[in-house]
Amino acid sequence: MGKVLMKGNEAIGEAAIKAGCLNYFAYPITPQSEVAEYLSRRLPEVDGVFLQGESEVAVSYMVFGAAACGERVFTTSSSPGISLMSEAISYIAGAECPAVFVNIMRGGPGLGGILPSQADYLQATKGIGHGDFRLLVMAPASVQEAVEMVMMAFPLAEKYRNPVMILGDGLIGQMMEPVEFPDRLQSEPINKDDWATNGMAMRKSEQRNLVKSLFLDPEQLNAHNLVLKAKYERMAREEVKYDSYNTAVNYKALVVSYGTMSRVCRTAIDDLKADGFEVGMIRPQIVFPFPESAVYDAASKKSCKIVICIEMSMGQMVEDVERSVKGIRPVRWYGKCGGEVPTPEEVMDAIKACEE
Amino acid sequence: MQSEVMFAGFGGQGILLSGKMLAEAAMAKGFEVAWVPSYGPEMRGGTAYCMVVVSEKSIASPIIQNPMHLIAMNRPSLEKFAPVVKPSGVVLINSSLISAGAGRDDIDELALPVTEIARELGSVKIANIVALGAFVARSKIVDFESLRKTVKEEFADKEKFIPLNMAALDRGKKMALEVEPSNIPRPS
Repeated sequence: MGKVLMKGNEAIGEAAIKAGCLNYFAYPITPQSEVAEYLSRRLPEVDGVFLQGESEVAVSYMVFGAAACGERVFTTSSSPGISLMSEAISYIAGAECPAVFVNIMRGGPGLGGILPSQADYLQATKGIGHGDFRLLVMAPASVQEAVEMVMMAFPLAEKYRNPVMILGDGLIGQMMEPVEFPDRLQSEPINKDDWATNGMAMRKSEQRNLVKSLFLDPEQLNAHNLVLKAKYERMAREEVKYDSYNTAVNYKALVVSYGTMSRVCRTAIDDLKADGFEVGMIRPQIVFPFPESAVYDAASKKSCKIVICIEMSMGQMVEDVERSVKGIRPVRWYGKCGGEVPTPEEVMDAIKACEE
Repeated sequence: MQSEVMFAGFGGQGILLSGKMLAEAAMAKGFEVAWVPSYGPEMRGGTAYCMVVVSEKSIASPIIQNPMHLIAMNRPSLEKFAPVVKPSGVVLINSSLISAGAGRDDIDELALPVTEIARELGSVKIANIVALGAFVARSKIVDFESLRKTVKEEFADKEKFIPLNMAALDRGKKMALEVEPSNIPRPS
């Protein structure tokens, strides 16, 4: 299969199939409904299951059910729908089941709007639901990257037995770009014998598995939380992923930006370079765990005077950037909300204004 | 070198599809492309537009304020986008539905009655294809043969529509080349 021109939402659906995921439950919401539209046609062709639930809440528990059976499963939604799913996501994390959630973000709060946004950063990276847990969160900046991340998300969810989120913005879902699909995922089949509730006969085992998030004994729950904590610490050691742009030169300012916003920043950085103003960029590809050392190292470059966090939210990533920079450089923010994607000119002006 | 084309008109005029076909044709020629639709709260008969970015290198920002070219299929689209087109870009105006001009003297204005021509060829539905053929012939943004091939492939499972669409493309091309080009310096 060569390059094909595909809408982000459809490519995400196809990528899940290529990753061997044949279970998809969803409820439509702009700007991600094309995933369901695409998979409702495509999954039956490959003997998969597509079911439209009566609500996002129902869908999220269908995901929990399939995940508890050790099946590869995913769902997609957009901001308000993801909020409705957050209860089940907490249960899934508590019960240590692997599942993939795709959030094609739109503006908020509340019903907000339907245009691109990055306003769910804090929700996604700081543990989305009640209780003490985290998601591994990947943030694609192109349709191609969305495909690659969806395909990586399933083995990662299984590696950690934890939900993984793909955090895309409306543009990633709606835009068409050329994509090349990697070959079907050849990951080792996971060993689910000691946890999945897929029937003892299936496992040929004597052990009765129990999937639960209820631990009434405080000591047991504390121990469970310590297990989860160790898991998130392992993610921080093993899953950091970022991209650097224009960091080989002596840049005066460092931009930290992700997703569609980082592409606008790239154009702004190129244009500023033409004016003789060097700006570097760190683009987190995985936003939880956050690439703290990379941001710190890039900020500590002698020529760098300032760090600017640029995002389509009112500064939700700033605290992660500040935490990483550890006070060695001032951290500023520029952004816009509501579906307005800042233009390269606006980003250039914002960078210049911060630098002055 | 990067060029951007804004396709704009009423919902139902095939705006998104003609943009997609241009993107496909450019991709087939090895260009990097991005197709960005408007997806606001639209309604039937409301405005529809999409931006196609064609570039020799990887596309950074897909958000474009000032496109190189514009295809305006209705009047609101022309009014909205003609002022932001880059100097020397092609502005194709569907003169069947728009009685005004772009009001600029630094662009290559091409007013063609694409809806009437489409009707003459057999279906108003192919006005977008007439416009696409005319635009590509005029702007030379992609090779015309590559566009023909793409449009043929688009209708591979509806073969009976291929001759009509080919006629639409060729008629658009013919008309675009008949109109004297404005004295606009072309970007190299």
